Formats: sequence, C-alpha cells, structure tokens
Amino acid sequence: MEIFLTFLIVFAVGGGICVLGQLLINFTKMTSARILVIFLLIGVILEAVGIFEPIKNVAKAGITIPITGFGSNLAKGAIKGAKERGLLGAVVGGTEAAGAGLAGAIFIGFIAALVGKPKTKD
Amino acid sequence: MRANKEIQTEYKSIIRDSMPKTRHISTLIRAFFTGGIICSLGQGINMALEAFLPQLTEQERGGYTTLCMILLTGILTAFGVYDKVGNFGGAGSIVPITGFANSIVSQAMEHKREGVVFGICANMFAIAGPVIVFGITASVIVGIIYLFI
Repeated sequence: MEIFLTFLIVFAVGGGICVLGQLLINFTKMTSARILVIFLLIGVILEAVGIFEPIKNVAKAGITIPITGFGSNLAKGAIKGAKERGLLGAVVGGTEAAGAGLAGAIFIGFIAALVGKPKTKD
Repeated sequence: MRANKEIQTEYKSIIRDSMPKTRHISTLIRAFFTGGIICSLGQGINMALEAFLPQLTEQERGGYTTLCMILLTGILTAFGVYDKVGNFGGAGSIVPITGFANSIVSQAMEHKREGVVFGICANMFAIAGPVIVFGITASVIVGIIYLFI
C-alpha cells in the first residue's frame, strides 16, 4: 500500500512537471532546448535555496528524474564542494556531481551514433 | 486585395478559436501520462537498486538510476522508438532526463553522414549544449556564492 502511494505521488508530480512544460510549448512555442534550460535552472535555484530536499523527500523520482533533478545535482555538488574544498570545490563540484548524466549521455550518444544506422528522414 | 486580407484574418481567427482548445487538452493529458510513466520507471529502478544493492548510498543510487534511464533512452532512440514516444508525449518526453539524453543521441545519429568529427561530435550538443552551459555556469555561481555564506 505504501509502495502504491509512493508511485502515485511520483507519477502525479512527474506528470505535473511535464504538463507545465507542455503548457510552455503550447502557449509560447518554445523549443525543447529552452524548456530544458528553464527546468534545469528551476532545479538549481530550488536546491540553492534549500527547498529541493524537502520536496524530494516526498516526491522522490517525480522531481529527480525530470531535468530539475539534474540541476539540483549540479547545485548540490557545488555547495558541497564549496564547503569542503573551498574555491576549487565550488568550481568543479557541480560538474562532478552531475557527471553521471553528462558522461553517460555523451558516451551512449557517441556509441549509438557510431553503431546505429544514420537516421533517414521520411 | 483587401478582401483577401479580411479572409485571411477571419481564417486565422477561426483557427485560433477552434484549433488550440481541443489540441491543447489532449497534449496536456498525454504529457502528464508520458512524464508520469517515465518518472515511475525511474522510481522503480531506484527501488530495485535499493533492494538488490543495499550497500549503495542514496547519491550513488541516484547516479545509477540516471545511467540506467540514459542507457534505456539510448537504445530506444537508436531503434527509433523514442521518436514515437516524443510524438505522443510532447513535453512528457522532453522534460525528464531521458529527453536530455535523447536530444544528444538523436542529434548524433542524425548527423552521422557528415562524418565522425564534424558530423557526430560537432552536432551532438545542438540541443543539449545550452543545457550544459547554463547548468555548469549556474552551478559555479551557486558554489561561489556559498563560499561567502
């Protein structure tokens, strides 16, 4: 029962964030790059202000799987780096923390493009 | 000429009145379900990792979940499935981290014909580039602010 409730919240929050993105597309005709940037920055700001953590405790993957989670990782890493290692940590901490998303997507994208057939536009 | 313009504006207003509303709500519903399903999948992977690899910290689990989602997106994009998800789900397929991964993989594949360096590598970040630039810049700013707090 508790698991069911968790998934319900995850589904509702994650879906809700995507609906916000869809509203942006429908009303402002934004491209996907801008939408990703907006949600990323929302994630960075929420983390920097300290609101992301309590939301995450309730919404779990509903807020970490959207790109807001990527932004939160960036900010969290930078804050941790700044506190533990000073200036160097402040500069590199964010990129280190978001490394899974960056390195994973670049590596898999490159391999998929090398191995896969080039896309044909019909 | 003038009649032509009047017809044009009338036509546009008819479109504005009739088109968006029907399209609008269905795109929102589809975005909701697509996004919800992708996030639930991420939650499922996270819980499976927690059950089978309890030694991982929360941070490590998040990293592995991200990697799994990206790997899955890479495979689905390579086989052309993610495009269909995107056509159906709109923002529901863009906003999750899978959309970020898809933008890299699909751009890389689309420009394969132009060569490895100037095709794949140079075009990979057409959509993801701004995200990375803004993300890293914002993180450095946040880090430096926290140095002084």
